[in-house]
Amino acid sequence: MTELRIEGLTKAYGPDATVLDGLDLTVPAGSLAAVLGPSGCGKTTLLRVIAGFLRADAGTVTVGDRLLAGPGTHVPPERRRIGIVPQEGALFPHLSVARNVAFGVADRAARRRRAAAMLDLVGLAGYGDRMPHELSGGQQQRVALARALAPEPALVLLDEPFNALDSALRAGVRADIRAALRATGATAVLVTHDQQEALSTADLVAVVRDGRIAQCGPPHEVYTRPADPWVAGFVGDAVLLPAHAAAGTATTALGSVELRTPAAVPEGTVILRPEQLRLTEPGGTGDTGGTVHGATVTDVRYYGHDAMVTVVADGVDTPVDIRVAGHSPFRPGDRAGVQVTGRAGFHPGRP
Amino acid sequence: MTGGRAPWVLLGPACLAGALALLPLGYLAVRALERGPGFAWSVVTTEGTAQLMGRSLALALAVVLACLILGISLAWLTVRTALPGVRAWAVAATLPLAVPSYVAAFAWLSAVPGLAGFTGSAVALTLVSYPYVYLPVAAALRGLDPAHEEAARSLGLGPVATFARVVLPHLRPAAAGGGLLVALYVLSDFGAVSLMRYDTFTRGIYVSYQASFDRTPAAALSVVLVLMTVGLVALETRTRGRRRHARTGSGTARPPVPVPLGRMTAPALAWCGAAVSAAVVFPLATLAYWLLTGQRSTWDLPRLAETAGATLGAAAAGALLTTALALPVGVVAARYRGRAAELLEQAAYAGHALPGITVALALVFFAVRYVHPIYQELPLLVCAYAVLFLPIAVTATRAAVLQSPPVLEDVARSLGHRPLRVLRTITVPLAAPGVAAGAALTFVVCMKELPATLLLRPTGMDTLATRLWTETGVGAYADAAPYAAVLILLAAVPSYLLGRHRT
Repeated sequence: MTELRIEGLTKAYGPDATVLDGLDLTVPAGSLAAVLGPSGCGKTTLLRVIAGFLRADAGTVTVGDRLLAGPGTHVPPERRRIGIVPQEGALFPHLSVARNVAFGVADRAARRRRAAAMLDLVGLAGYGDRMPHELSGGQQQRVALARALAPEPALVLLDEPFNALDSALRAGVRADIRAALRATGATAVLVTHDQQEALSTADLVAVVRDGRIAQCGPPHEVYTRPADPWVAGFVGDAVLLPAHAAAGTATTALGSVELRTPAAVPEGTVILRPEQLRLTEPGGTGDTGGTVHGATVTDVRYYGHDAMVTVVADGVDTPVDIRVAGHSPFRPGDRAGVQVTGRAGFHPGRP
Repeated sequence: MTGGRAPWVLLGPACLAGALALLPLGYLAVRALERGPGFAWSVVTTEGTAQLMGRSLALALAVVLACLILGISLAWLTVRTALPGVRAWAVAATLPLAVPSYVAAFAWLSAVPGLAGFTGSAVALTLVSYPYVYLPVAAALRGLDPAHEEAARSLGLGPVATFARVVLPHLRPAAAGGGLLVALYVLSDFGAVSLMRYDTFTRGIYVSYQASFDRTPAAALSVVLVLMTVGLVALETRTRGRRRHARTGSGTARPPVPVPLGRMTAPALAWCGAAVSAAVVFPLATLAYWLLTGQRSTWDLPRLAETAGATLGAAAAGALLTTALALPVGVVAARYRGRAAELLEQAAYAGHALPGITVALALVFFAVRYVHPIYQELPLLVCAYAVLFLPIAVTATRAAVLQSPPVLEDVARSLGHRPLRVLRTITVPLAAPGVAAGAALTFVVCMKELPATLLLRPTGMDTLATRLWTETGVGAYADAAPYAAVLILLAAVPSYLLGRHRT
């Protein structure tokens, strides 16, 4: 059980190409952290610096009490005890599954036993004699995890490992990999650009923007209390409303909204999630008794498990998305009522 | 393993290979200038040298023009028209690549002795080297989107105007690159011109070397020849660079509708038939004729077997050394960027620009002065093969290493293996089939090599190529034929295996 600690990590590919800009991140021992960010935010560079394939310009990487990278220190990848699971698995095509898994086990006598145990862990017992090309994409990905875990690494890095899988397979493989990581108690970092994947898989979500951590916390905290409007928009759908705040309440075009924490400045933006808005009959009072604001439906998108209704509220220029469960009786052009439920975040500055 | 500096376990041997590849070039210059730049200059500026240069350039020009006509016409007929049996013609058109120039010269000289001289040299060299134009032009034609031609037709251009104004400009880089390769081939060729008794630079160097104890003139002439070939290679590299840009965006072009030939079918078939007959059927038929004419009793079978054995041994040693030297260079070129890796790769390609006769001469000079024990011994010949054919093996190794993604090496290192062990357990096993193919190709070209073998072979040793050359040179065609036949048969085995490997 080892903790990963990264402090002030900086990496630039040129004078105007800073990729990591003083990044700090701590992943507690035994937990699975998702590093979430748009493409080009530096998350792949972060992974390669942690693994030791790239040298950092400044900052430190510590696993447990071992300093791996720092001023004057650069431990080569083969001595870091960090396992990696690359995109699409990258199994060695000329070695059988068992020999792939045993590749990093130094103790010759233990290889066979260890490979079998690891394959058993990922649910592929008995597949040892197959060749990588005889496996499905999901199976290859699980073998890649078994291979990374076999030498009992201090840390496991997963680089968008579910990208190449089709969506039907993805959830299953994701759950298997999570279970295997749990069973070994390994600390793991998952790099992804898929917010659903990050929120549903990880214990901790670190959102990266421009080479720094914009916000780091448990999934529900990052989702419900985004640090700023950008994070709110990146980890999910967000409704941003200009607001005027006084103490614990903000006044918006959709009426007054209760704030989670009292606002420090009067002018700012209220951040809501689409499911915090309720769609009612026009002129109704709503079941919670709050104020209902008149609006016109402009668009309805049906997704099966739910639907997204876009409305333009009276007196508001920007359209607002509202998530409703199942089928919506509204059609574009209908009049409707909008009501805000729950508490909202408040951020200084206009959206 | 992207970027970064290569580890010393790779860089050390790779630098050794690069140094060996550059040794002849450097030493040639040293020898040429040994008696002062004034003397070298006086050799280079004699009337004889000017004549040699004029003859070499005239031959190169004639062969390049003939190859352009033959190569472009065959490429268009086999790629774009409804020629009957088009696939068979396409394969047949590339076969002359396997015919050494001295075998073509043997065939023409033995059948039509009057051809000796400029005409014979030009005919023999054109028929063995036109595939250098045919192949890139055919590839460019296949990559040309027919939508361009359709647009030209819809804008009012006739078929001939469309070909001239749309198709030909597109083919120009490919044809120019191919033409430069042909010119390089002609300037470097020794076998055909020496048998045809046409005095070019290579023959002049050989004669000057054999005729006098003073070897500085031969060295000075070699330097001039090398300067000419290096210039051609530089030009060829530039056209290749531009061609890459011109090809973007044609990946998924619709296959063109073959042009119906109509009344032109018979002349087109006759043209293709004549080219393939002259380049492939004729040498084989001549060979068969001389084999049948020669009395079986005059065949010296033990000597033939001994020569074949010596050829195989020398070629195997050459392929082995070349492949071993190419391995570190190929890995560095495929996996590392930066100034050092780039320089190293370019050094390894030096042999591409060096005619065999100049490499041999440089190694003779070097060995006589510094390592006399290996002068006229097998190791020196094997070194010459390595210098000449390192480019082939490096290209094959580099391509083979690039086939597997570098992430596999990253994973292997993260699993605790040091760079050298990763090379042994991952990089090399995965690249092995491609490296083996490169070794087989090197083996074939070593077997066919003539000028360096003539100069460097151990006293008393003959290869099939040198015997063929000697017998043809004295007009003993029936005695030469068995050596040519065995050479073709032995070279065909690895070529056949290579063909199967590719498909």
